[in-house]
Amino acid sequence: MLTTDELRRYNRHLLIPEFGSAGQERLKAAQVLVIGCGGLGSPILLYLAAAGVGTLGIIDGDRVDESNLQRQILYGTESIGKAKVEETAKRLQSLNPFCTIEPYFEQLTSKNALTILEKYDLIIDGSDNFPTRYLVNDACVLLSKPLIYGAIYRFEGQVSIFNYQNSPNYRDLFPTPPPPELAPNCAEAGVLGVLPGIIGSLQANEAIKLLAGIGEPLVGKLFVMDALTLTTRIIKIPRLPARFIIDKLIDYDEFCGIKTPDWEMEVTPEQLAEMLKNNLDFQLIDVREANEYAVDNLGGELMPLSVLTDFTGQINREKLVVIHCQSGMRSQKAIQQLREQHGFMNLKNLKGGLAAFRKMH
Amino acid sequence: MNLKILSFGIAKEIIGQLELSVQLSDSATVADLKQFLIAQFPDFQKLSSLRVAINTEYADDSTLLHSNDEIVLIPPVSGG
Repeated sequence: MLTTDELRRYNRHLLIPEFGSAGQERLKAAQVLVIGCGGLGSPILLYLAAAGVGTLGIIDGDRVDESNLQRQILYGTESIGKAKVEETAKRLQSLNPFCTIEPYFEQLTSKNALTILEKYDLIIDGSDNFPTRYLVNDACVLLSKPLIYGAIYRFEGQVSIFNYQNSPNYRDLFPTPPPPELAPNCAEAGVLGVLPGIIGSLQANEAIKLLAGIGEPLVGKLFVMDALTLTTRIIKIPRLPARFIIDKLIDYDEFCGIKTPDWEMEVTPEQLAEMLKNNLDFQLIDVREANEYAVDNLGGELMPLSVLTDFTGQINREKLVVIHCQSGMRSQKAIQQLREQHGFMNLKNLKGGLAAFRKMH
Repeated sequence: MNLKILSFGIAKEIIGQLELSVQLSDSATVADLKQFLIAQFPDFQKLSSLRVAINTEYADDSTLLHSNDEIVLIPPVSGG
């Protein structure tokens, strides 16, 4: 039942005959998870919170970067450097205190996906890379959850609803990912700021239709648009005859061909000595404890493994970052944690750590 | 026969324009069209996941094309 406060707040919905209090109560009862609080996540979350969706889960392991503000309208200039999910939770709570916001400050992975997705009725994909898109799709198929898909590139966008009552899914549309060189993301290719606003709003619209049980949701169809000419098409997606069977979650970085071989993730003490001697532009991080650092160090920035998450905002995402500890084990753990939970792809481990470096001299 | 090709995403980058008109033999299929595109624009070779839609529906390789069909090329994009 809606309270008097809610009846006042949602008055303009209640006036629409097709929507009415039945539609509004369905929104209130819904639990929706939005993957990614970025360009697409911004309008999706703002509109769903405003519309009165009862529970909104938000998952993102990133912090706000200045270059996000051109399109990620959840944030202000004062948000720079802060965790996206925390800023988002504050913004949505202020927009609509009747919504329950459930933040997850981590990246979605094959390990946590099923546990996190399980409790929600509807999943919305606002992620920004192919491995996550295949992961979200497969997890939705395994858990029988409907998925609202949206993706953007420069001036173009796509929207669809997958896996709704066994309808076609992302793999029926794109069975295999494109090679990485033909799959640029927003950071590499650029994107018009208003485009995620359009595509994310269309995703929010599909979500509200599905939840309230109105209209004709975009099930089994792909909407595609080019914003430069406003060319749009809706294409029917058939089920693939030779369908890939999804029976478990896999390693999606490997599936998408972007996994870095282990040897490429290491630098030897000799290589590091050269890099230091030649004054190369890279960030050196020491993940040992302060007392160890006091005894001996290489002049790296001290970010102890035990409190590493406090420092993620200070780790460079653009240039090469070399991480070391005493013997190479803790730094390996640090790299794994930063890759899996925060999406860093530019980290290398000093093989053998400080001990091996000192032995060399 | 004359066909109109409408392309999105990286396909539009490869072809260099949103719309393109091409001439194919009268009995051409989707497979022939793909071969033609690869011959004209070798980068299509790398897009193994490229699906071809005819008018408003996805088609498989054996589907026959008809004059004035609109071919729509929609490669996956990942931005968010």
